[in-house]
Amino acid sequence: MFEAAAFYLFAFLTISMFWITVTTKHALYALTALAAGMIFISAFFFILEADFMGVVQLIVYSGAVMALYAFGMMFYDTTRELHEKQGNNTLVFLLSGISALIVVAMVAAPLVGGNVEAHYPIVEGVGNSQAIGMVLFTKYLVPFEVAAVMLLVAMIAGIVMAGKKMDESFSELSEDEIDTKNAEVIS
Amino acid sequence: MEMYLYIALFAPLVGSLTAGLFGASKKTLFTGVFASGMLFASFISSLLLLVQVLQGNTYHVEMMTWIATGGLYVPFGFVVNSVTVTMMMVVTTVSTVVHVYAIGYMDHDKAFNRFFAYLSAFVFSMMVLVMSDNLLGLFIGWEGVGVCSWLLIGFWYHKESATWAANEAFIMNRIADLAMLVGIFTLYWNLGTISYEGIFASVGTADHTMLVVAAAFLFVGAMGKSAQFPLHTWLADAMEGPTPVSALIHAATMVTAGVYLVVRMNPLYDLVPEVGIVIASLGAFVAMFAASMALVNRDMKRIIAYSTLSQLGYMFVAAGLGAYWVALFHLMAHAFFKALLFLGAGNVMHAMSDELDPFKMGGLGKVMPGTFWMMTLASIALAGFFPFAGFFSKDLILEVAFVGHHPILYTVLLLTAGLTAFYSFRLAFLIFTGEERYKLFGFHPHEAYKYMLVAMSPLLVLAIIAGFLFKGTYYEMVTAMLPAGEYHVHNPIVYWIMTIGTQLFVGGAVLYAWIKYKNAKVDKKVEAGFFYQLLFNQYYIPKIYDEVFSKPYAELSKMFWKLDNAVVDATVDGIAGVFYGTAKKTHTMQDGNLSSMLKWMVVGLVALLVSAAVFIGVVTNADVIMKLLGH
Amino acid sequence: MMEITLTHYLVLSTVLFSIGLIGVMRRKNLLMLFFATEILLNSVNIALVAISHFYGDFTGQMFAFFIIAIAASEVAVGLGLLVLWFKRFNTIDLDNMTSMKG
Repeated sequence: MFEAAAFYLFAFLTISMFWITVTTKHALYALTALAAGMIFISAFFFILEADFMGVVQLIVYSGAVMALYAFGMMFYDTTRELHEKQGNNTLVFLLSGISALIVVAMVAAPLVGGNVEAHYPIVEGVGNSQAIGMVLFTKYLVPFEVAAVMLLVAMIAGIVMAGKKMDESFSELSEDEIDTKNAEVIS
Repeated sequence: MEMYLYIALFAPLVGSLTAGLFGASKKTLFTGVFASGMLFASFISSLLLLVQVLQGNTYHVEMMTWIATGGLYVPFGFVVNSVTVTMMMVVTTVSTVVHVYAIGYMDHDKAFNRFFAYLSAFVFSMMVLVMSDNLLGLFIGWEGVGVCSWLLIGFWYHKESATWAANEAFIMNRIADLAMLVGIFTLYWNLGTISYEGIFASVGTADHTMLVVAAAFLFVGAMGKSAQFPLHTWLADAMEGPTPVSALIHAATMVTAGVYLVVRMNPLYDLVPEVGIVIASLGAFVAMFAASMALVNRDMKRIIAYSTLSQLGYMFVAAGLGAYWVALFHLMAHAFFKALLFLGAGNVMHAMSDELDPFKMGGLGKVMPGTFWMMTLASIALAGFFPFAGFFSKDLILEVAFVGHHPILYTVLLLTAGLTAFYSFRLAFLIFTGEERYKLFGFHPHEAYKYMLVAMSPLLVLAIIAGFLFKGTYYEMVTAMLPAGEYHVHNPIVYWIMTIGTQLFVGGAVLYAWIKYKNAKVDKKVEAGFFYQLLFNQYYIPKIYDEVFSKPYAELSKMFWKLDNAVVDATVDGIAGVFYGTAKKTHTMQDGNLSSMLKWMVVGLVALLVSAAVFIGVVTNADVIMKLLGH
Repeated sequence: MMEITLTHYLVLSTVLFSIGLIGVMRRKNLLMLFFATEILLNSVNIALVAISHFYGDFTGQMFAFFIIAIAASEVAVGLGLLVLWFKRFNTIDLDNMTSMKG
């Protein structure tokens, strides 16, 4: 029963948060709603006894990714409202509605039978993190390492693209030079 | 020996291709000399083959397979027997002479190289026609000479009259070729083979009506090529081409292809004498018909062209009456003196800057003695005086008609002989004797180049001696293949009356021409007369053809062209228009706007989902659906 | 209704996915578009983990884990590009980014 109550509560909250994200005119509200939604999704992971996933969701998504987006928000005058030239709203809702309907129909119908074989079956008795560790570092080791490299590359890419000139360091310049720099930037 | 066969056949092709390489360049003397050299090689090979055939050998080679499908087997095969070698000698001799002559005649022409390419190509096609051992190979040669004739008649293609004449010749030939194809198909359908050997072997036991049909259709094909009535108008118009072309094609070789066909298919025609009578009657009619038109014409080459037409009629009379060797013999003799006449006319044309009206000439005998003597002797041979070649061939045909008990044919041919002598000498006297009318028109004639006269001389010699020298040998050689009819009038008195009488009649005609034309008075009253006008306008036949056939057909074509535009073009344009319209309407899909592209992506996704759902639904409920559909 | 089965989670995931689709189609601001993309990724994560739980297989959780990793790197690179574009053109409105017009 607790599970049912928790599920419905968090489902309602998540859906409403994400709805705010896609429909609000205020950028800051959208960001906030998105962060909230992330957190509520981690709740789902905990309900599903995927503790490791829930914690990772909190740390990575609502922590790091949201922080990234918050920095991205610097490019706004966030008090102003988003003026988006709206296209055909009806079409948009219709399309989404149809796709949702069809997929729901597909998953709601008792289609797939019972004999789904588990490749990496959940081991009883150990905690979730330990179990995940056992699978991650044996069977999924190569994707893990590749993902690590990819993250490294993404980080370097982000720094290179958005960063200023690297060969100058403010801390090593004299006051006068900093002033001239500022003057250039301002003008 | 087979090597000589291939040399004789392919040497002209080599000459043609080599000349063709220079086709677009300025005149290079090399092409003319090389082509003539190749022709001479062909001539020598034919001569060597002649020697062999005289000793009784025949050669049959199969170069390669052409069609081998189902029951039809047609090779590229060539046969050299007595009939073939006769034709080969005629073709190569006249061709070599004409080639050398043309080096001089086309001296100042810009398209010198192109001319020799076409001319040698023509000779090659003619050799294929003559040497082939099956009807389809003959047909290839047939079409080949038609094409080359078209190319050569319309050689000066900037002149509209020339291109028109070329088209007329080709189209008329095409009409006849349709009939010839029907004839070939009839033979194949019923006899199962188109090689001569096969046909001749099985023709004895075939259905008579079928043979009549086949023979008749093949003859219609021959009619087109040999310009028999009613497909004759192209021959006179074909004089638009250069004179060497007229000499080679329209005197000696292409127009005799029809006669050759009938002679070659003699086993077939022997079995259907009723068709033969029709052929002979038509031939006699044409002989008289053409001679009548030549009487009053004022175009030098046309007179000679009508003369050719007339002599072709003689040949068909002989062939139709079953005297195939006589027809072939006349073909050979005629080729020599007719080509000589044409070449002489070419000399005159060159001297008179392409003027064709003999009434504007006169007295040229003093300026051009060589040409004068050649043309006169050729005319004597044409008229049939003893002992020139014409006597032995033409008078023989008269005997054939007489012996075969065809009095009408004999009379017609006799009268035509007189007319022939008259108009030939009318031409000769108008051009070469009398007062020098050309001075009034400002011409400065001169004799042709020495080497051109030298080239023409072999023809002169042959025209004189071919009769009494060759007839015996020829007869023995050719009757190995052709039926050997002896056409002698057995009663010697009748024979001598006939012969002497004919000679006197012809001599009288010549005298009459001399009296009328040595001073070349033009009688205006006669000219306005009905008969004169009728003959001068060629019995108005070209006009009739134009009104009855050409104009309505042109109108019909225009109507169909409109229909084609409206239906076919519209359909094709419509299809293209659909594509354009669709493109115009849908290219806004790619406007570079990410948002709209995302929307389209979702549309695609929805479409896939819908189709997946339908598919799954159908698959899982297949039995229910089948029940609903009633199975 | 009380018993939460796999179907519930999948329906939830579908609803969240369609909300994400709405966002993707409606938003004309590039940053907002990124937000909508995040929603899409998260909904898929839910579905994967739910299936993993109900079938007793770790594959789903592994997959979701990697999706998170990839999403993080995608955000990094995407925002870098967004910053560059903004510095150049001073706007991140999608209607002004039509240089790939076909």
